[in-house]
Amino acid sequence: MKASPAARRADPLDFLDIGSTLTPDERLVRDTVRAFVAERVLPHIAGWFDEGRFPRELIPELGELGLLGMHLEGYGCTGASAVSYGLACLELEAADSGLRSFVSVQGSLAMYAIYAFGSEEQRQHWLPRMARGAAIGCFGLTEWDFGSDPAGMRTTARRSGSDYILNGSKAWITNGGFADVAIVWARTDPEDGKRSGAIRGFLVPKGSKGFRTNDIGRKLSLRASVTSELVFEDVRLPAEAILPNVTGLRGPLACLSEARYGIVWGALGAARTCYETALEYAKTRIQFEKPIASFQLTQAKLVNMLLELQKGQLVALQLGRMKDAGTLAPEHVSFGKLNNVREALAICREARTILGASGITLEYPIIRHMNNLESVLTYEGTSEIHTLILGEAITGIAAYKA
Amino acid sequence: MKIVVTVKLVPDTTADKRIDPATKRLVRTGETVLNPFDEYAIEAALQLKEKLGAETTVTVVTMAPERGKEVVRKALAMGADDALMLSDPGCEGSDVMGTAYALAGAIAKNGFDLVVCGTQSTDAITGELPGALAEFLGVPGLTYVRKLEIDGTTLRAERETDSGFLKVTTGLPAVVSVTKSINEPRYPSLKGIMGAKKKTIAPLTLAELALEHPIGSGGAKTELVALTDPPARGKGKVVEVSSGAEGAKVIMDFLHAKKLI
Repeated sequence: MKASPAARRADPLDFLDIGSTLTPDERLVRDTVRAFVAERVLPHIAGWFDEGRFPRELIPELGELGLLGMHLEGYGCTGASAVSYGLACLELEAADSGLRSFVSVQGSLAMYAIYAFGSEEQRQHWLPRMARGAAIGCFGLTEWDFGSDPAGMRTTARRSGSDYILNGSKAWITNGGFADVAIVWARTDPEDGKRSGAIRGFLVPKGSKGFRTNDIGRKLSLRASVTSELVFEDVRLPAEAILPNVTGLRGPLACLSEARYGIVWGALGAARTCYETALEYAKTRIQFEKPIASFQLTQAKLVNMLLELQKGQLVALQLGRMKDAGTLAPEHVSFGKLNNVREALAICREARTILGASGITLEYPIIRHMNNLESVLTYEGTSEIHTLILGEAITGIAAYKA
Repeated sequence: MKIVVTVKLVPDTTADKRIDPATKRLVRTGETVLNPFDEYAIEAALQLKEKLGAETTVTVVTMAPERGKEVVRKALAMGADDALMLSDPGCEGSDVMGTAYALAGAIAKNGFDLVVCGTQSTDAITGELPGALAEFLGVPGLTYVRKLEIDGTTLRAERETDSGFLKVTTGLPAVVSVTKSINEPRYPSLKGIMGAKKKTIAPLTLAELALEHPIGSGGAKTELVALTDPPARGKGKVVEVSSGAEGAKVIMDFLHAKKLI
């Protein structure tokens, strides 16, 4: 006779038993990253956030584990499935969005750009050392005046003989201040008869003459992450610095779609930590002579968190399976990013109310995750833009174009 | 050189454990994990392999039902070369002697220069398997090893004791069990996890081992007579003192009386 399923108490962290649908490899990836994070990150993360410091000393370990560019094949990369990559992002962001951001930018933005659009020489030169964490990459698309509308960018790459001369600046660049190579998107000279030139990608090594960075300080979000401005003043680049295999915004947008996919999973990690913390707190915090978990209002909060967390997991897993099957389109990623980040942020805020005043200190992870997700909500495509992408997908009408 | 590491699948160490009152056996339906003590044995074997060079192989041996493959794969992901898995319904109900006897059969069939075991498993916690294994294999057995070196065919080890440690040497082949102070087990790298898919987990049955004596519940030499819950912990002793120094003295006297310091 089959044991009645009701006899087993449901796992509050995997209520729908989604873990059982993962392959053994995927579970092992999840457990490995979770164990690594528990030992090397969780004991210190509140302190790093407080100091406003990204733990660069962890980078070689992230490389050794195989987390950097882990979904890419060859060139010293792990070659993991999209679902495994997503699970790793979730476990990293369960510690801190800053850590996941580092891994996203290194693997999905910088390494992916070189992997997908670089020459064989560029791949051979950069990817193996980036996979090891011996070289760090950053990705410059956004400018101070152009975020959601990158096509308006002012950074230019003018032809000078066989070289290019780069001028302009990029803003809000994760890893910018310590990256060994910046992937910079710039507008090239217009061809004859055209009003504006095409957007092309360039590899700009650290130390190039005329290239400097300024870290952005006084952040109250993603404090355990470096965010910088990149400034280019007559930076002369050889023709080999250009990413040869893509022209136009299609290039950077493809990279962003890769990174957003990781966020779809990652945001759930932050939410899971807040939900788990609130659940534990509610069971032990006594008010009116009983645990606050025994109050209906608190139970309703916890249950709503559970619902959205589990639904978000199903969305992420479905997108991952589609990505592994090669059927994932950018609008699918928009669906996941819009839903999962929005709901994750709501979960964190709700968790904060359960912890009361304790929720605002770094003694608990809540306010840290909550503040981090405020950035995650708008970076790599704001909620508004993802809404409009989905709006266009279902109506056929693009609402964000002039 | 052939190194063999014995591993056991145990119930998730964080989960509540339950014993079926009818069979008096641990309920093993929940998630199973690699016995945490065995990770130290795998790490010790991998470090030896790294020192001794590519001709050294590390084989993982386990006695477990077919579904335990996933857990064995973790050992392969950490860097072991291959695995032998004795999966046979006839193994069910084996006591520690029967388990050691069957594993010795599998290890002898595979061939070995060194067998590395964890100190104990987190479920049965007998710590008897390594010694029994050495006996059945007819080779020296060094338990509770905290430091391990191989020099040609000589094994040098430090064995932990209650009051210090013993420096011992022996020839190979041998069996050792290692303690948690010997190393810090590595995480399986993600590349290792991907690569583990291509490694062999060779199935093995009791028929192939052709053991002389029966194992499983029929061959068990021990019988579990009765099970009782551990007594509930009594109330702690509360002592009122007027100063910290006085309190410290009370605590020191208590620890002395219990011979804890």
